[in-house]
Amino acid sequence: MKVLTEWLREYLPGIPVDDHKLAEDLTLRGIAVDGVFDLGAGKGSLLEMDITTNRVDAMNHYGIAREASAIYGLALPPLDTSVPRSAATQESSTRSPYPVRIDAPDLCGRFTARVLRQVTIKPSTGLRAERFAGLEQKLISNAVDATNYVWIAMGQPTHVFDLDKLEGGIVVRRAHKGEKLRTLDGVERTLDADDLVVADEKKALALAGVMGGWNSMITAETKNVVVEAAWFDPAGIRGTSRRHGLHTDASHRFERGADFNAAPVASALVSRMLLADGGETDGDLVDVVIAEAAARTAHRAPIRLEVSEVRRILGTTIEAKGITTSVVESVLTALGCLLVLRSEGVYDVTLPSWRLDLEREIDLIEEIARVYGYNRFANTLPTFDGTVVELPWARQEEKVRSTLLALGWNEALSSTFASATDAVTFAPQPASAVAMGNPLSEAAGMLRPSLVPGMLTMLGSNLNRNVEDVRLFEMGTVFRGTTDHVDERPALAIGASGLTAAEGPHQPPRPLDFYDVKGSIEELFSRFSGRSIYFDKFKPEFHLMPVWLHPGRSARVVMDRSTIGYFGQLHPAEAQVRKLKQTVFVGEIYLDRLYRQPLRQPVTRELSRFQAVRRDFSLIFPNAVRWSELEDALMGLGIEELVDLAPKEIFRDRKEEKAEYSLLLGTVFQSPERTLREEEVQNYSERILKSMGQLGGRLRS
Amino acid sequence: MDHLVDEFCVDNFSEDALERSFARLEEMLRTEFARIKTDEDRERFRLRWVGRKTGGLTRLSAQLAGGRPELKRVSGKLFNTLKQRFQEHYHLWELNPFSPYALAREAIDITLPGTRTLLGAEHPIIRTMNEIVAVFQRMGYSVGIGPEVETDYYNFESLNFPPNHPARDTQDTLVVANQERRPLRDRLLMRTHTSPVQIRTMERQPPPVRIVIPGKVHRNDASDATHSPIFHQVEGLCVGENVTFSDLKGTLDHAMKEFFGAAVKTRFFPSFFPFTEPSADVQISCIFCGGKGCRKCKHSGWIELLGCGMVDPSVFGFVQQKQPDYDPRKISGFAFGMGVERIAMMKYGVSDIGQFYSGDMRFFKQFGSGGRLA
Ligand SMILES: [Zn+2]
Repeated sequence: MKVLTEWLREYLPGIPVDDHKLAEDLTLRGIAVDGVFDLGAGKGSLLEMDITTNRVDAMNHYGIAREASAIYGLALPPLDTSVPRSAATQESSTRSPYPVRIDAPDLCGRFTARVLRQVTIKPSTGLRAERFAGLEQKLISNAVDATNYVWIAMGQPTHVFDLDKLEGGIVVRRAHKGEKLRTLDGVERTLDADDLVVADEKKALALAGVMGGWNSMITAETKNVVVEAAWFDPAGIRGTSRRHGLHTDASHRFERGADFNAAPVASALVSRMLLADGGETDGDLVDVVIAEAAARTAHRAPIRLEVSEVRRILGTTIEAKGITTSVVESVLTALGCLLVLRSEGVYDVTLPSWRLDLEREIDLIEEIARVYGYNRFANTLPTFDGTVVELPWARQEEKVRSTLLALGWNEALSSTFASATDAVTFAPQPASAVAMGNPLSEAAGMLRPSLVPGMLTMLGSNLNRNVEDVRLFEMGTVFRGTTDHVDERPALAIGASGLTAAEGPHQPPRPLDFYDVKGSIEELFSRFSGRSIYFDKFKPEFHLMPVWLHPGRSARVVMDRSTIGYFGQLHPAEAQVRKLKQTVFVGEIYLDRLYRQPLRQPVTRELSRFQAVRRDFSLIFPNAVRWSELEDALMGLGIEELVDLAPKEIFRDRKEEKAEYSLLLGTVFQSPERTLREEEVQNYSERILKSMGQLGGRLRS
Repeated sequence: MDHLVDEFCVDNFSEDALERSFARLEEMLRTEFARIKTDEDRERFRLRWVGRKTGGLTRLSAQLAGGRPELKRVSGKLFNTLKQRFQEHYHLWELNPFSPYALAREAIDITLPGTRTLLGAEHPIIRTMNEIVAVFQRMGYSVGIGPEVETDYYNFESLNFPPNHPARDTQDTLVVANQERRPLRDRLLMRTHTSPVQIRTMERQPPPVRIVIPGKVHRNDASDATHSPIFHQVEGLCVGENVTFSDLKGTLDHAMKEFFGAAVKTRFFPSFFPFTEPSADVQISCIFCGGKGCRKCKHSGWIELLGCGMVDPSVFGFVQQKQPDYDPRKISGFAFGMGVERIAMMKYGVSDIGQFYSGDMRFFKQFGSGGRLA
């Protein structure tokens, strides 16, 4: 909203500061000025205002002048509302007034009408034209400009009808369902039974409080007019404004709660302006007031304010004397409240009609703090005798994150949503994804049931930009369930492509493979205290592995018999769908299940003082024999002194399609009690070779 | 030569005396050799013993030449042995595996870059959020979290958003499908702020409460350089007896100094939020120019950072349906909230909010290891 300081100073002549200081003082009191623009010598400044939605009373010059009067302790002179009465009016005071009927008293609380005859419709000149130029407000005609001028001046919207287009008096009623009205913007609108219209006996004239109608608008030929100034129910106006997608200056004010007592004032101001260009009043102001609406607004019951409560909420001020009764009285009185002292420090406060946002004691406390100045309060710290508690899985979460970072994975965040197609492909359970009612886009139609599609999108966008070495992880929420109940769980996704992370000319990098990813997962899981962890996969015909994983290069992770996640190479078919030419590894870990495991607590063993003996076996196995079988067989031998066991080298000749591979098996034997004798080690070796032989292995010659 | 007695001068009156003198010189040779640490030491050692003009052995040779003839055979033999010892020692240095000669052959180009195992980069949003949370944890706040899909009751109604409040428009809120037939309070939506966790926490525990709430929130906003439909907030809530507006001011002033440095100042403006009253916006003095005015603070010297206020009594009223101890006549409290993206953008000079959600490795790497050293 734009405001002219020259106009403010007309209403409050004594403002003791320059425009910049005025802007700062207003801003610090919550009447925010975003910009001050000098209009040149003697013309003051243009203020660009940002008034919060609850302060509709301050969205005009007089309202801001009232705020300034409270800040500077000045009295705000009332507006001149005198209207020159014509001789005819004086004579005809016994004649029946212009007929106005409110048929919808729940939606229209007050309606004033004033008839002006023999007016002259012409362009605005003088002060009004100058001020509109400063505000960049379009000039239309003296009648329309007068209504605009008045709401800019004091906030009350008004409307002027061409009296000669009206058939009978004014009726404020609900529209008939399907009733047609062409509004001032030229649009033919079909009305709803909840819309309020200003009508004559025959037809709707205007969408009440929102926009006037085409048929009764002011034209150059208009001679006689009716000036409308009314109070409409905020919720009703808001409904109509939303239904018709019609947000106007008038609806903006009415839907936030206009001043119930402003209608006669605004009517007088508009009439004075029009009459200045010719014409005369016909009869007195017709003012129809709905008592219930007045009781809800202008005549609300006083509210109790205790100064001790003000102090309990606001606390300590920098000045030692704090919030005194005189501060309370002067602030609230300046804002238009009436204070009656009930007992020591207790007031009954009558609220001004223009401040419908004030309803409770706390609202008054806020006004006192605001006008006193927030920055005049001290900085104190509250005392606290509660306890500090951590989230139950805070440590686990931090450990997952720090471990992945240390292993070279970069943390990412992706969209919370997934496409319907991805939701089907990646949901851990079929038909468990939840749809959005008003999605951001078609690609974001579902709450993500998995972090993997988001991860693949991020991998893809990197690869498309020729960023080929990617290692990402995301920790976030996944959603499943129904539109009646949504279940949220924490999950982890990892995604990688390109070369290994080490950087430098000394060791050539190599392409990342399945085992790099598996290694990170093993490291991660080693931080947790699960007793057993293993990796397996299901045969493709069981359809138990996620469809997005390469069936030959993926694994399920199982910890203490609970499936914790899946990972591996992206299925080539899915890679093709996503146009990923590079080999990509992805995985998802169900953190809610992992977090059930406490973190590993290190426990040390006595270190053996006796020499360890190393034995390596160079073996050849049929391709079908897997490491886990060898490991199980070796562990099954029950050799207590076998303290370490690892595959040290594996060689498969892919080119020649051999049916066998060679394996260098490393073993370490050690006893905690004695030095092992050569024949003991020899015995272990023979048992190992025999066991390997049973699995089809033989020593390489 | 300056000294009175030449160390290399021998006693050559008798065979015995000669032998004693040469034994002394050999001992001296060994001692001096043992002291050699560098190539320069070794060169000084050579010049002292066998240098063409100044060498001690040269002078000794001259002395012996003028000695008694009957001792010449013995002295010649002793001299040659000593000279041979010198040669042995001198060359022994080159054979020493710890000698610079030997070690120089193992030298490498230490100016080549090291082999770095690159650490992953923390996400700047998560990092910023954790830093903010840590400040409040040190001030006695527990961490609270809550669901990202919320009901209308927790996201709006209990926070004093009246049924017609503009924030409830679906144009601002992302809603779950098929909610139309359900009662308004049960309808599911993506939380638009982390404030529902305030209500949930108070419903669970009686006062006093101090919680800090980090989390992801959603709005149905179009994306541009500074707006994202997905963003993060950190909120806080402090409720108890005698918690005042000046406590709110002091708490945030202290927290901002902890987070941005002790020189930072705070300034409070009246504002409006449905769930607090009085409400305030908080500015901090510009962390780039110290308040003098610069491009980042639009030459105002101040940067807007937080929204806050005293918890509205009607919010306590909603909570009292489950926890009667939240009687607004007896207790009071304050709440505050801030946008993490905005702070991270400011702190790290990020101009496009979309980068946080792009997964772009080039962007992330700036926050991790592997960068060039200054
Ligand atoms: Zn600055």
